[in-house]
Amino acid sequence: MGTLYEDMVDHGGEVFGKEHMETLMLCVQCGKCTGGCPSGRYTAFRTRKLFRMAQEDMREEIFNAPELWFCSTCFTCYERCPKGVKTTDLIRVIRNLAAKAGHMSVPHRMIGVYVLKTGHAVPIGEPQMKLREEVGLESQPPTTQKYKEQLEQVQEIFRTTHYDAMIDFDWNTMNLREAEGGEKK
Amino acid sequence: MSEEAKEYAFFLGCITPNRYPGIEAATKRIFKEFGIETKEMVGASCCPAPGVFGSFDMHTWLPVAARNLCIAEEMGLEIYVTCNGCYGSLQEADHLLKDHPKLKEKTNEVLGKFGREFKGTTKVHHSIVILHDVIGLDKLKERITKPMNDVNVAVHYGCHFLKPREVRGHGSSETPYILEDLVKVTGAKEVDYKDKLMCCGAGGGNRTADTPQSLEWTRQKLVNAIEAGCDCMVHPCAFCHLQLDRGQAEMNKAFGTTFNFPILFATQFLGLAMGLSVKECGLDAQTTTMPEKLLK
Repeated sequence: MGTLYEDMVDHGGEVFGKEHMETLMLCVQCGKCTGGCPSGRYTAFRTRKLFRMAQEDMREEIFNAPELWFCSTCFTCYERCPKGVKTTDLIRVIRNLAAKAGHMSVPHRMIGVYVLKTGHAVPIGEPQMKLREEVGLESQPPTTQKYKEQLEQVQEIFRTTHYDAMIDFDWNTMNLREAEGGEKK
Repeated sequence: MSEEAKEYAFFLGCITPNRYPGIEAATKRIFKEFGIETKEMVGASCCPAPGVFGSFDMHTWLPVAARNLCIAEEMGLEIYVTCNGCYGSLQEADHLLKDHPKLKEKTNEVLGKFGREFKGTTKVHHSIVILHDVIGLDKLKERITKPMNDVNVAVHYGCHFLKPREVRGHGSSETPYILEDLVKVTGAKEVDYKDKLMCCGAGGGNRTADTPQSLEWTRQKLVNAIEAGCDCMVHPCAFCHLQLDRGQAEMNKAFGTTFNFPILFATQFLGLAMGLSVKECGLDAQTTTMPEKLLK
């Protein structure tokens, strides 16, 4: 484990390219991100502060603050940053590292459970099948929830990337190991 | 390819087929009216949500998105979507995999475990861009049988339709025009309102992290539209639809408000203007109800 910045460049760099992640260091604290941030009006999330803390390697302080998860990834700051800091992508990568370190709420982990069980973050149930019929559609769409062999491909991806381990998924119960345990540490 | 023969693979995602099938029905039906055929993507999964799975693990998000792209590639078709989340996810994945050969190689190692391969032969389109650019405003206008002449519309874009510009390619994210054009073609008036481009509040796992807090954003957005004299809100995103429509029931319960502000996906609004019924557009099966003004 290096500094938070080094880990961001490693982890996010593989997907976005290292240069993309290195833009963290271009931030000069002008505050244009926070000025246009919809979350900042309602929550303690402060984009400018987050980037300064990331530059200063304040990993634990960032990971332990609930507001890290109050960015809606709207990309307003990404579009407006005068220095070309890839803000929203940096935030997502910081969250990836936080999740890997065990800072992931039960409701967030449950989204993974739904996808592991059905292939969908929002699966279909009986009432919605009726809604589909009412508008002249097949009761069940031809997706992973309908075709087990297709769902198994998605499950295989989650196994390969160890997403199942990250959320403490139990393949026997097809649920979280400690669903009642609050935040996984 | 001639417009008449155009076929697309419809990437359904989660919210459209599993919560608001009226969006699916209205979109397919309008496309068919204009000679655009829709093919089902057998075995498609969650896109997966770019701000959610992208926030949890990029390295899981990408191969799941790539697998969905492979299905369309295998069909030899380009994709259309009815959700900005799906648009964001699939288009971003397609863009990254086409731009970074090493990333493509690594992703294909995962996909190869079940015999799939990302080749880079499809493209991801948003349904409202097909309406605007492929069908075109002139042809749409010819089919408007129930003009929305005295209706004031608040346009809501959602976020991932316009941003980031470098991936989406719809011009300025601060002065968009596509949805405005589609609303105006019905005869309705597009009304500017405070913070028109603001997020609905749901994305990035924010709704899941703290639903009441996410609804504060939604409440403000709706109040701004109502105060500007709008009769309804028209948007291009199934996930925003969930937050804006079902969110009103959640707000009324949590905050004691009495919201009933009509929320329509773009093809539901166009559908009504083209003579489809409330039932055919699935608008009788959602939280908010449609006023007489929209149905005349």
